[in-house]
Amino acid sequence: MDYQYTLLILCLPIVSFLILGLAGKWLSHRVAGLIGTLSIGAVAVLSYYTAFAYFGARGADGAFATLVPYNFEWLPFYIGNLHFDMGIMLDPISVMMLIVISTVSLMVHIYSFGYMHGERGFQRYYAFLSLFTMSMLGLVVATNIFQMYMFWELVGVCSYLLIGFYFTENPAIAASKKAFIVTRFADLGFLVGILVFGYYTGSFSFDFTESFTYAAGALHGVAPDASKAVAAGGFILPTALFLMFIGGAGKSAMFPLHIWLPDAMEGPTPVSALIHAATMVVAGVFQVARMFPMWIQYAPETLHYVAWIGAFTAFYAAAVAMAQSDIKRVLAFSTISQIAFMMVALGVCMPGHEGAVIDNHGSLGYMASMYHLFTHAMFKATLFLCAGCIIHAVHSNEMSAMGGMRKYMPVTHITFLIATLAISGIPPFSGFFSKDEILAASFAYSPVMGWVMTAIAAMTAFYMFRLYYGIFWGTENKELHEELKAHGHFGEAPAVMTLPLVLLTLFTVFMGWTLPGTFGSYVSATGQPYEIHLDLQIAVTSVVIACVSIALATWIYVRSSQPVAERMKAAMPRLHEWAYRRFYLDEVYQFVTHRIIFALISTPIAWFDRHIVDGALNGLASGANYIGESIRPLQSGRLQQYAYVFLMGIVIVFFIMII
Amino acid sequence: MNFLSIFVLIPLVMLLALWLVKGQNAIRAVMAVGSTALLGLAVYLTVIFLSDRAAGADAPMLYTASFDWFTPLHIKYSVGVDGISVAMLLLSGVIVFTGTFVSWDMCKEYFLWFTLLSLGVFGFFISVDMFTMFMFYEVALIPMYLLIGVWGTGKKEYSAMKLTLMLMGGSAFLMCGIFGIFYGSGGQTMNIIEIATQTGGATAIALPEQLVWFPMTFVGFGVLGALFPFHTWSPDGHASAPTAVSMLHAGVLMKLGGYGCFRIAMYLMPEAAHELAWIFLILTGISVVYGAFSACVQTDLKYINAYSSVSHCGLVLFALLMMNETAGTGAIIQMLSHGLMTALFFALIGMIYGRTHTRDIREMSGLMRIMPFLAVGYVIAGLGNLGLPGLSGFVAEMTIFVGSFQHEDTFHRVFTILACSSIVTTAVYILRMIGKILYGKCTNEHHLALTDATAVERFPVIVLICCIAAIGLAPFFVSGLVNDGVVPIVKHILAAAV
Repeated sequence: MDYQYTLLILCLPIVSFLILGLAGKWLSHRVAGLIGTLSIGAVAVLSYYTAFAYFGARGADGAFATLVPYNFEWLPFYIGNLHFDMGIMLDPISVMMLIVISTVSLMVHIYSFGYMHGERGFQRYYAFLSLFTMSMLGLVVATNIFQMYMFWELVGVCSYLLIGFYFTENPAIAASKKAFIVTRFADLGFLVGILVFGYYTGSFSFDFTESFTYAAGALHGVAPDASKAVAAGGFILPTALFLMFIGGAGKSAMFPLHIWLPDAMEGPTPVSALIHAATMVVAGVFQVARMFPMWIQYAPETLHYVAWIGAFTAFYAAAVAMAQSDIKRVLAFSTISQIAFMMVALGVCMPGHEGAVIDNHGSLGYMASMYHLFTHAMFKATLFLCAGCIIHAVHSNEMSAMGGMRKYMPVTHITFLIATLAISGIPPFSGFFSKDEILAASFAYSPVMGWVMTAIAAMTAFYMFRLYYGIFWGTENKELHEELKAHGHFGEAPAVMTLPLVLLTLFTVFMGWTLPGTFGSYVSATGQPYEIHLDLQIAVTSVVIACVSIALATWIYVRSSQPVAERMKAAMPRLHEWAYRRFYLDEVYQFVTHRIIFALISTPIAWFDRHIVDGALNGLASGANYIGESIRPLQSGRLQQYAYVFLMGIVIVFFIMII
Repeated sequence: MNFLSIFVLIPLVMLLALWLVKGQNAIRAVMAVGSTALLGLAVYLTVIFLSDRAAGADAPMLYTASFDWFTPLHIKYSVGVDGISVAMLLLSGVIVFTGTFVSWDMCKEYFLWFTLLSLGVFGFFISVDMFTMFMFYEVALIPMYLLIGVWGTGKKEYSAMKLTLMLMGGSAFLMCGIFGIFYGSGGQTMNIIEIATQTGGATAIALPEQLVWFPMTFVGFGVLGALFPFHTWSPDGHASAPTAVSMLHAGVLMKLGGYGCFRIAMYLMPEAAHELAWIFLILTGISVVYGAFSACVQTDLKYINAYSSVSHCGLVLFALLMMNETAGTGAIIQMLSHGLMTALFFALIGMIYGRTHTRDIREMSGLMRIMPFLAVGYVIAGLGNLGLPGLSGFVAEMTIFVGSFQHEDTFHRVFTILACSSIVTTAVYILRMIGKILYGKCTNEHHLALTDATAVERFPVIVLICCIAAIGLAPFFVSGLVNDGVVPIVKHILAAAV
C-alpha cells in the first residue's frame, strides 16, 4: 500500500494557512491568493490521483478495501482500547469526499480572486479558507470518531470566522455567533454520544469489523464491542447514535437546529458556496453514513426517526424558500431542504435478511444519499457562485434589484439555468439521477414517504424556478440597472469568476451518465458494486411532476408583471407572512436565549453569587467587625473602670466560693 | 546541595540583587535574567526527568533530598519531583517569565514582592514535606495582599483584604488538617510519601479521624482552587490585582489548590475521599456550571475571566474526584492549560485596559481594527478557552470528559454530562465578549487614537500562545509526563477503596 502522499493533502493547506496567517500582512493580495490557490490546486491534483488509484484497484471480491496509510495515538486515555488517534483512512466515501472538497474548494479559491478583489482582509480570507479546507479534509479521512469530532469542531470555528469575515457589520457578528452557538449546542449531543458509545463499546475506532488494511507502522484500531453495549441495554446504542446524530443535525441544519444556516449567508458568497452549501453542512450526513454499519445493525428503528426528521425539514425548508426574497436565503433554504433529502435517504435504509445486515437493496438509500451529496455539492456550489456574480453586479441580495439579468450576464444565466434544472431533477443533469435514487429508496421504505418526497421535489422545482425567473426574467429594476451601467461596472463577471462556474457545470451535465459504470459501482452500502437501474415508473412520475411545477412557475413568474403572484399573496397574506418570517422560529429562539437563559438563569445566578454567597461572607466579616467593636469599650484605658470591674469580679468570685 | 533547591535559590538571589541594584534598567535586567534562569531550569528539569524515567528510574519521587529542620515535630525540608510537579514547575516557570515582561514598567518594591511570590510557588511544588509545603504556601499568599492593595486598581483595599482573609481562613483549616494527618498517622513524619507508604500501603489514619481531617484539608486547599461556595475572592481579587499578579494568581496560585487536594487530601486519606467525594463532586459540579452561567452576564472583562476560571478550576477538582487515571491526568492537563490560557487572557486584558482605561465591555467596540495584534491574541485566547482543537483546552477537556465518563457509577456519569454542558455556555460568554469589544465599529473617539502592542508586550503574548498551541498540537508529550505522576497516586487511592 502506498498512499503515503495522502499526508500532503492535509499538510499543504495547513502550511498555506500558517504562511498567510503569520506573514499575510507583508504579502500582496495577488501573492497571498496564489499561495492559497496553488496549495489547494496541489491538494486537488493529489486527491484526483488518489481517487484514480483507489477506484482503479478493486479487491478480489469486487469491493474496495479500506486502507489506513497513517494512524497513531495522538492523545492516550489510558483505558483499554480507548485512545484518541489521528490518521488517514481511505474508503469509497472518504475518497469521494476528497474529490468533492478539493474540487469545490479549488473553484472557490479561483473565484474569490475576482469576488474578493481589493477587499480589506484578503490574506485573512485565504488563510481561513485554507484552514477550513484542511479541517474538512481531516474530518472525512478520520479513522475514529474522536478525530472526526476534533475536525468537526475546527470546521465549526472556521465557519464562525468566515461568516464573521465582515466583522465590523453587526448582522455578520450576530450571524457568526449564532452559527457557532447553535452548532456547539448540537455538538454537546455529539460529544455525549461519543462518550456513551466509547464507554459501552470500548473503542472509538471506525473499524467496525476489523477489516481495515493498515500500513506498516500504523496503529491498529480495535472494533467497538457492540455486544457489550447490547448486553447493557438494548436502548444504549440507539441512544448513543441518536445523540451523535443531534450533532450531525446541528451541522447539517436539520429542523429545529437549522436556524443558523440562513443567517450564515452574511458571510462572503464564495464562503457560502464552499462551507454552507457543498462541504461543511453535509458533515452531518457524512457522519451518519460513517456510522451506518452501526445504525443499520443496532438501531434501524431509530434510523427511521432520522428519516422523518429529514422529511419534515425538507418540507419546512421548501415551504419557507417559496416566500423568501433574498436570493441567498432562497438558496440557503434550498440547501437545508436538499440535505434533508440526503438524510431521508439514509434514514429509509432497512436491514437486509438474516445473515447479511447490510445489502445493497435494503440499503439503497446509502448509495442514493452519497450520490446526491456529490451531485448537490457541484450544482449548489454553482448556484451560489452564480448568485455571487449577480450580487457582485447589482450590489444587493434582494430579487427586487434584479430581474431581466439574462441580457447582461449570459454565462451566469446559462450555468444557473443548468444547475436549476439539475436541482429540479430534469434529465440528463446529475440531480435527476441522484434524486431519482432517493425517491426509489423512499418508495421502497413506504409509499407515504415516497409521495411526500416526490411532493417536496415538486416544491423544489417550483421555488427554484421562481428564483430563476425572479433573477433573470420577470420585472426588471431598470432604474437601478441604468444607474449601475452609468458607473461602468455592470455586466458579466470577469473570467476568473465565470471559469469556475463553467467547470462546475460540466460536472452537473456529465456526472450522471458518463461515469464508467454508475455511481453505485463505486460507492454502495456493502462495497460490492451496485448497478443503478432507473425505475421508469418513479423516474417518469418525478419528471412529469417537476415539469408541471416548472410550467406553473413559468406561468406565474416569467412575465414582467406578475398578477398571479400578487393575487396569491393577497389571497393568503397570513401564510405568506409566516413563511417569509420563517414561521417565527428565530423569534422563539430569541425568546429562549434572552428571556429564559439570560434573564432567568444567568442573571439570577450572578445576583445570587454577588448578594447571597458573597453577602454571607461579607456578613461574616461585618459580624466579626461588630463583635470587635462591641468588645472594644472594655479596653477603655480608664483606671476607675478597670478597678470597678476588678472589684465586681472579686465579689462574684467570693459569692461563688461561698455558695 | 540538591539541584531542586536551585528553584528556591534563584528567587532568593534575585531578591538580594533587587535589593542592591538601583535604576529601572538594572531591575529589569535582574528580573529578566532571573526569570529566564527559572524557566531554563524548569525546562532542563523536564528534559532530565523524562530521560531518567526513560532510563528506568521508577521511584515515586526523583531527586529527593531531606534536611532536618525542626526535629521535635519531624519537620524536614524534603524535596522531590514526580511528573505532576515537573509539569507544574514548568507552568510556573512560563508564567513567572511572561509575568516579568508584562510588568516591565513596575517599580522595585513591586518586583520584590513578585519575586517572593514566585519563591513561594516554586518552593511549594518541589516540597514533599507537608509542613514545608504549607510554609511555602503561606509565603506565596502574603505578598498577594500587598501587591493587590498597593498596585491594584478599583476597590483594591477591599479586594486585597477579602482575598487574603478568605485564603487565610482556608489556611487555618489546612493547618488543622495537616496536623491532624501528622498525629493521626502516628506523628513520626511529615513526609507525604512516607506517610502514604509507612504501613505498607494501608492508610495509617483511622477512618473516623480521616472524616474530620479530609474535609478540612480539602476545603483548605479548595478555597484556593475556587471551590463553590468559597470562590468569591476570585472575581474581586482578580479584578483589582495588577496584570502580572492576576496572571500569577490565576495561572499558578489557583493550581496550588488542586495540587494540594490531590497530593495531600486525597492521597493521604483515600478512604475518606471515597466516603465524601460525592459532596465535593456536587460542589465542583455546581462550580463548573454556575461559574459559566455567571460569566454570561458580567460586564467587566476581568470578572468574565474570573468566573470562567471558577468554571474551569471547578472542572479540575471535579475530575480529580472521579479518582481514575484518565480523569486525573485530564485534571492536571487542565491545570496547565487553564494556567496558560488564563494568564494569556489576563495579560491581554491588562494591555487593553492600559490603553482604553476601561474594562467595561459596553464601553468598547471595534478594537480589532485599532489594535489588531492584541485583538487577534484575544480571539486565540478566547477560542482556546472554549476548547478549539489544536489548543490546549480541547485536550484537557476531552481527557477529563472521557475519564469521568468511565466511572462505573451512574451518578458520576450524569454529572459528567452536566459538566459537558459547560462547553456550550463557555462558547456563549466568550463569543459575546469577543463580539462586543473586538468586532463592530469603534464608537468611542478616544479609542481611535490608541496604538497596538509594543515589542515588550508582544513577547509574552507570543510565548504563551506558543505554549498553548504546543500542548494542543502534541498532547501525547504532556499527557505522558503528567500521567507518570498521576498513576501511583490514583493506584494508592483505588487500592484503599477495595
